[in-house]
Amino acid sequence: MIAIIDYDAGNIKSVERALHYLGQEFVVTDDTKMLNNASHVIFPGVGAAGTAMACLKRKSLDQCVKLCFQTGKPILGICLGTQIILDASEENAVDCIGLVRGVTKRFPRHLSVNGMALKIPHMGWNTVSFKREHPVFAGIESQAEFYFVHSYYPSPSDETVVLGTTDYGITFCSALGLKNLVAVQFHPEKSGRPGLRILQNFCTWSGA
Amino acid sequence: MISKRIIPCLDVRDGKLTKGIKFQGNVDIGDPVEAAREYYEQGADEIVFYDITASSENRDIMIDVVRRVAETIFIPFSVGGGIRCLEDMRKVIGAGAEKVSVNSAAVREPDIISQGVKAFGSQCIVLGMDVKKVEVCGQTPSGYEIVIEGGRKYTGMDALAWAKEAERRGAGEICLNSIDADGMQNGYEIELTSLISDNVSIPVIASGGAGHPEHLADVLTRGRADAALVASMVHYRIYTISQIKHYLFGCSIRTRMFW
Repeated sequence: MIAIIDYDAGNIKSVERALHYLGQEFVVTDDTKMLNNASHVIFPGVGAAGTAMACLKRKSLDQCVKLCFQTGKPILGICLGTQIILDASEENAVDCIGLVRGVTKRFPRHLSVNGMALKIPHMGWNTVSFKREHPVFAGIESQAEFYFVHSYYPSPSDETVVLGTTDYGITFCSALGLKNLVAVQFHPEKSGRPGLRILQNFCTWSGA
Repeated sequence: MISKRIIPCLDVRDGKLTKGIKFQGNVDIGDPVEAAREYYEQGADEIVFYDITASSENRDIMIDVVRRVAETIFIPFSVGGGIRCLEDMRKVIGAGAEKVSVNSAAVREPDIISQGVKAFGSQCIVLGMDVKKVEVCGQTPSGYEIVIEGGRKYTGMDALAWAKEAERRGAGEICLNSIDADGMQNGYEIELTSLISDNVSIPVIASGGAGHPEHLADVLTRGRADAALVASMVHYRIYTISQIKHYLFGCSIRTRMFW
């Protein structure tokens, strides 16, 4: 059974609806036992890193996510869920779960391309340039676009975990993978067919 | 780089589409959920719904529409019309809309913008502005005035000043509708769109006047809009979203081409 971690961080309903559409069985839970028993774990989130980490710690979910990772369970991070699996976030200057070495950074204040100022948050459709093959991204066209809404981005210290990058004034890591963990900055549940394909791929991924 | 967005706009009254969209098998009145699905499949990047239901007791029908749309399409969509308080926003977002748009209510009580931003985040709050061209004067130095109640009531507010105030209050986006151009299919109000786009740093969605893909190319370049709303030209099946996008592609305007 797939488990979606419920930690009061934003709209996880859209992830539920997408899984429902894909015909996947799932539970939405903050119960560490259920998470430990799940076959796959989805770690979504919208909101601020500080509040999210406080809530995870209060429910001992930070330790639970670590354990799920160590036991080899496939884990999918989405948006804020991706940002807080790194060591720390510049948002609220908070220590995070630390499954992946690196920090979550804020976009520089004055980004521009060809003299046009870029708006923060980075909101809208953008491409991901995939660096290597991965089962979760199987069948995704290279020009596919995904829906982003964020002001912070993951910056892992080890380049080899970067699965995909996106350009928005700077080139940032928009998809990363380490062992049984895959994490994306965009919202696959709001990215049409290619996004649904990623969710579908994840649900059938063994983690290897 | 981010793509320009093409956004069909659907008017819904008592749970039904108005404007008599000519979908196959349907006559004048269509199902908003089916229309949303069709545009989603044609490559729409987002969808805007306006609830023009007159009676408040029929408002909950819209919430049911929102819920069904959210189960059917997997792109962002926004809902406007009749959003008067935080509770209205909560219902719409809870039912699955990504964004809510406020228009008249924000003119009467600008605090609703700040409250919405605090509760749901900037990215959820769109300011809808209905604008008419007027004479440049002390009250309206930009030469554009905010109107409400479907363009019937002048507010005395300058459009540019209002756009800046909405940005200051944290609105994530502005949907800029020209009442003069609306429904004419003669092109967007380029001068108005570039004026607002150049003076705020949040995205501007141009609305009103689209009749030909050329009009979209114009407003996304000269008008410097981030997104363009379309209605009649797709509702009457003159163009599909896909045809519009292919036209823009030919003009070297980047939109999402794989869906």
